[in-house]
Amino acid sequence: MQSELGPASRLLGPKGWAALLACTLAIVVGVPVLNLLVPAGSALHLSEFYVSLLGKIMCYAICALAIDLIWGYTGILSLGHGLFFALGGYAMGMYLMRQIGLDGNYKSELPDFMVFLDWKQLPWHWTLSDSFAAQMVLVLAVPGLLAFVFGWFAFRSRIKGVYFSIITQALTFAAMLLFFRNETGFGGNNGFTDFKRILDIPLGTAGMRVTLCVITGLVLIGFFVMARAIVASKYGRVLQAIRDAETRVMFTGYNPVAYKLSIWTLSAVMCGVAGALYVPQVGIINPGEMSPAASIEMAIWAAVGGRATLVGPILGAFFVNGAKSWFTVAFPEYWLFFLGALFIAVTLFLPNGLIGLLRRPGGLIGLARDERLRRLFRRKPPVGDVP
Amino acid sequence: MTPELMEAGARARAAQQVQRSMGGGVIGGIGGGMGLQPGEPYFGQGVALYVDEISVSFDGFRALNKLSLTIDVGELRCIIGPNGAGKTTMMDCITGKTRPDSGRVFFGSNIDLLRLNEPEIAQIGVGRKFQKPTVYEQLTVFQNLELALKADRGVRAALFHKLTGPQRDRIAEVLVLIHLQDEAHRTAGLLSHGQKQWLEIGMLLMQDPKLLLLDEPVAGMTDEETERTAQLFLSLEGKHSLVVVEHDMKFVDELTEGRKKVTVLHEGSVLAEGLLSDVQSNEKVVEVYLGR
Repeated sequence: MQSELGPASRLLGPKGWAALLACTLAIVVGVPVLNLLVPAGSALHLSEFYVSLLGKIMCYAICALAIDLIWGYTGILSLGHGLFFALGGYAMGMYLMRQIGLDGNYKSELPDFMVFLDWKQLPWHWTLSDSFAAQMVLVLAVPGLLAFVFGWFAFRSRIKGVYFSIITQALTFAAMLLFFRNETGFGGNNGFTDFKRILDIPLGTAGMRVTLCVITGLVLIGFFVMARAIVASKYGRVLQAIRDAETRVMFTGYNPVAYKLSIWTLSAVMCGVAGALYVPQVGIINPGEMSPAASIEMAIWAAVGGRATLVGPILGAFFVNGAKSWFTVAFPEYWLFFLGALFIAVTLFLPNGLIGLLRRPGGLIGLARDERLRRLFRRKPPVGDVP
Repeated sequence: MTPELMEAGARARAAQQVQRSMGGGVIGGIGGGMGLQPGEPYFGQGVALYVDEISVSFDGFRALNKLSLTIDVGELRCIIGPNGAGKTTMMDCITGKTRPDSGRVFFGSNIDLLRLNEPEIAQIGVGRKFQKPTVYEQLTVFQNLELALKADRGVRAALFHKLTGPQRDRIAEVLVLIHLQDEAHRTAGLLSHGQKQWLEIGMLLMQDPKLLLLDEPVAGMTDEETERTAQLFLSLEGKHSLVVVEHDMKFVDELTEGRKKVTVLHEGSVLAEGLLSDVQSNEKVVEVYLGR
C-alpha cells in the first residue's frame, strides 16, 4: 500500500538497494583487497594516495549529505557547517594529541604546543582527553549542543533566509578567530598535528589507513540510509513543506521550530562525525577548517550534485573534490576559476545539479539541445528573442 | 452587545482568572462537570468566535479600529469591504499572526486566542485559507492532504507516522469532495490556480476545524468552479462555522441565500451588518464603495 504515496515514501527501490549493496561491497571488500592484496606493480592496485583521498572525500560527502538535509530538504542554507566539522575534528584531535604520549618533539607528557607556550599542566577542557570514549561523546555532543543552542535562539526568533546564512557565516568566522588564539588551548593557528596512534595502534600503517577508509565508508552509507528514512517519513515531508510554505505549515498546526531545530542539530552532529573521521586520516586539524570559504564549499558540493536528492550531494562532493585534487596538481593556479565557473554553469544550466543531468530525459544529449545553452553559443541573438 | 455575549465574556473572564491562578496558557474546564477537556473550546453558548474591540496600528496607520464581531456556531458569515478595510488584518489577529494593540479575541466562550501562537490556534480548531493559494508545491496532492490530516503534530509522531485505514478513507473522501481524485498523485505545483485553491480548502477540511476563515476563496476560479465552491461551503454550514471574505458579490449572494447576515468592514471597523440586499442599499455602504 506504500506505493500510494509515490516513490518518495519508500526507503529505497530494488535498484537502490542493489546500488547500495554494490557500494558497500566496493568499500568493505574492494578497497582492502585492491590496496593490500593486489601487488603495487599491478594496474589494479589502489595506491595509498587514493585510499587516503577516498577516505577524505567520503568525509566531505557526509558533510554534503548533512547540508542536503538542512538546505535541500528544509530550505535553510547554512554557511557555517565547517564549524561543526572542525569541532568534531578538534574533539578527535585532542584525543590523538594525548596518544602521542612522550613521543613528541619535547618528550613531554603535555602536547608540544603546550610545552612551547610554557604551560605546566593540561587546561581544564582537556580533562577527558585521555579517554577515547569520552572524546567520542564530545564529537557528538559539542557540535550538537552548539547547534541546538544557536538554532533555538535563531529559529524561535524566526530568523530566516539570507539573514540566517549570514549569521552562520559569522559564527564560524568568530570561532575561527577564537581558535587562532594560543590561550584558547587548541594549538593556535597550527592546530593539532604529528599524530602517532589511535587506541594505541600506530596510525601510519597501510592497514590503519584502509581501516579508517572502510569505517568512513560505512558511516557514510549508514548516514545515507538514515537520511533516506528521514526523508521518506512524514517528518521528512513536513520538512519539505516548511521549505515550500512555512506559514501554511504553521497554520496547519505544526510548530516549525521543533522540526527545524531537530534536523539542524542532526545535521551538525553528522558534520561533527565527519570531522572526527577526517582528522586521523588527514593527520592535521587547524582553524582553517572553520574559515568561511570551507563552509561555502560544502554548500557548493550540495548544489553541484543536486539539492534534495541525497545521492546528488554525495556525488557532488566526489566530483568537486576529485576535480580539485586533479586540478590543483595539473593547473594549480586555475582551480578557483574552475570552481567558480562550475558553480555558475550549474546554477544556469543545471538547476537540479549533476543528478538532474543524469535523470534528465535524453541525458547529456538533452543538455546539448538545451535552448539556453544554444542561445549562449549562437552568434547573433535572434530578433524578438528578448521580450 | 447582547446580554448573552456579556455573559459569555464574563464567564470567559472568570475562567481566565482561574486559569491564571493555575498558571496554564489555555483556558479550560469552564462550567465544571460538563466533561470538557482542559484547553477544549466550549461552544455551549452558541458562540464560535467573539472578537471584541480589537485595534491594530502599523506605523501610525490604523488597520483595525475597535472592531467587534461575533460568529455563531455553525454560521456562515460573509465579510465584504473595499481594499484596505482590514479584512486580512482581522484574520491575522484571529489566527495569531498579528497581535492586536488592544481588544480581545475568544474562540468558543473560553479560549483566549491572543494567548496562543499560530500552530496552537490551528490545533485548537481554527483553519485558515490564504488569499494567495498556499500549498506544498513539491509534494503530491495526496501528500498535501496527508500533512493536513488531523493528528499529533509532534516531531516524534511524524517520524513514525503510518496512515491508518480510516485516515486513508478520509483523504479519499476529501479528494472526491474537492474534485481532485484524478490528480491525487500529481505534484501540487502543477495544478491550475483554481485547483490549488480547492486543494487548500481540502487541506483545511482535513484539519477538521470548527471555524474556517476563508480569505477570497474563489479568486482566480472559473464560474463553474465558483459555483461548486459555493455548494461546498453551503454543505459545510452547520457542521463548521465559516467566515468568508470575498469581493465577488455574485458569490456572496449565493452563499447568503438571501437570508444570512453580511458584515461590511470599512477603515478597520464594522460599517454595516445585515442582509445583503439591505446592506447594498445602505447609504453609507454605497458611499464607501462608489465614493462621493
